Amino acid sequence: MRREGSAFSGVGTVTMKELADNLTSTRMRLLELLIFVTGAGAAYSTIGVVKDQLSEYPFVFLLVFTYGHDPLPSFVAFLGFLIPIVAIALGFDAVNSEFNRRTMSRILAQPIYRDALLIGKFFAGLITLAVVLSALWLLVVGLGILLLGLPPNTDEVLRGFAFLLASIAYGGVWLALALLFSVIFRSAATAALASLAVWLLFAFFWQMLVPLVTVAIAPPDPYDPYSALHTINIGMDIARISPNTLFSEATLAFLSPTTRALGPVLSTQMAGAIRGTPLPLADSIAIVWPQLTALLASVIVLFVIAYVLFQRQEVRA
Amino acid sequence: MSEPIIVAEQLTKAYGNNIAVDHLDLAIPRGEVFGLLGPNGAGKTTTILMLLGLTEPTSGRAKVAGFDPLRQPLEVKRRVGYMPDQVGFYDNLSGVVNLRYTARLAGIAGREIDSRIDAALKRVGLTDAGRKAVKTYSRGMRQRLAIAEILMKQAEVAILDEPTGGLDPQATREFLDLIRSLKADGMTILLSSHLLDLVQSVCDRVALFNAGKLGLIGRVNDLLRQVLGGSHVIRVEATGPNLEGAIAAVPGVKRVTRDSGVLRVEAIDDLRPQIARAVVGAGGDLTTIAAGYASLDEVYTQYFEGVRNAA
Repeated sequence: MRREGSAFSGVGTVTMKELADNLTSTRMRLLELLIFVTGAGAAYSTIGVVKDQLSEYPFVFLLVFTYGHDPLPSFVAFLGFLIPIVAIALGFDAVNSEFNRRTMSRILAQPIYRDALLIGKFFAGLITLAVVLSALWLLVVGLGILLLGLPPNTDEVLRGFAFLLASIAYGGVWLALALLFSVIFRSAATAALASLAVWLLFAFFWQMLVPLVTVAIAPPDPYDPYSALHTINIGMDIARISPNTLFSEATLAFLSPTTRALGPVLSTQMAGAIRGTPLPLADSIAIVWPQLTALLASVIVLFVIAYVLFQRQEVRA
Repeated sequence: MSEPIIVAEQLTKAYGNNIAVDHLDLAIPRGEVFGLLGPNGAGKTTTILMLLGLTEPTSGRAKVAGFDPLRQPLEVKRRVGYMPDQVGFYDNLSGVVNLRYTARLAGIAGREIDSRIDAALKRVGLTDAGRKAVKTYSRGMRQRLAIAEILMKQAEVAILDEPTGGLDPQATREFLDLIRSLKADGMTILLSSHLLDLVQSVCDRVALFNAGKLGLIGRVNDLLRQVLGGSHVIRVEATGPNLEGAIAAVPGVKRVTRDSGVLRVEAIDDLRPQIARAVVGAGGDLTTIAAGYASLDEVYTQYFEGVRNAA
């Protein structure tokens, strides 16, 4: 059956309202503070070490992002950890709070479709995330220039930018997940806990589970060396179900230009290659293209599930 | 007469085996105040949501302001103002900002928004409170803010779900006055309530609803006559042994019921003297005897008791 009128009328209004809410909420202030202090702190402490060891490495600037200096993890590792939390905080009460405040039926009685509400809330979350991450990115790059006394070259800027886009996509996955749970659970606390449970699973337990599951599915045959390769590949496929794995592989390829492959490489495949030479950016992108596609696909799939469930929900509380 | 502004034909909504609204037929002419009455769970809210296009009917059709809520929901919602049961606003924002948001959603031109909001707030008496956060508002102020939203939209039809729910008597009176003034503007108003007496005073016509079915529909006075058959209701406050029996024995008394210490007597005529004598004769102390006016409440009780007994 056809309905008349655009599903997008009102998207802009909802986006602006939610954006204003996001940017002024106390919750967001706290998270921004957390992410800025930890992120900038990690970068700052790294820069000190990198500066002392200014090697012949052609991509010194990228070390600011990737170098982990004990006891602090690298800036990238911090982000892999913090982005999901910020994204979940932005999304876990998006839909259910409208029901709990009893504003849902009043808003939906305005001449808009439900689509506009959900899309607007998602856009607002994504824009907020992009603003926070871009600001942080600029802060770290700025600190790097100031403290290293060395500007990044074009390739480093492009790689850093690609990394920024990947981190926004990674945040999008968690935002869509939180939005989905905010549609499913009427209680905001339940939605937040469910989102955090998924985050815990992928951030901490997945890497422990992967070897167990892999050996069960594809036990390596000690007399067949290729079966060991098969086992490793299966293990990597399972690990890549986790958005955290996808994100860390993407950042590895972007920020460590010498990365030639993300899986096992046979010595025959390395014949003729010069070890330690960096790849051009286009080749690095080609290596992680599947990872980037998978991140975007997860965002879309999660959003579509949330969308379908939301369309079927009864308006009355 | 012009075409009715709200029409429902055989409108039905089933949730699984549970039928919330059962083949409802309704026609409300422009400018009328129409009351949907019934207990909680009678299908009033479901009917309203179907008229707004917020719930899909299982079968049947509806037409509001000339549009089909199922296929042209945006056109319908542009012309209809809706105040849900226990209306909510964004608490941390002011009344004005809340209205501004819905004004933008409603597609009101940017330069008109503020003047329309000011006019609407003035009309409902919230000019001063408009700049304060909604969390400081009382229940009655929230309801009035919801009415301001409908005024701002310049809606042709206002649909109010339980508009007086949770209001104190003073706020209720003010609110009913507001509804009357909307009617004076020519707005068509559909309101639902389980508080029958209140509705009686503002509605042109009412429909009694029970278990998804429309029982009676018509003017309040017509219903009173139709259901109560012009019988007299007399309220008796008295203490004494077996007063019910004594009163029931008076010729012409049809029914005696006790409702929290008050005896309610239905009789074919005004039998106050006879009843007073019967009470005194039975050794009771009579404190009050009064001719109670027949209210919609009684129509309602009587009607649905009849329905239940017949089933």
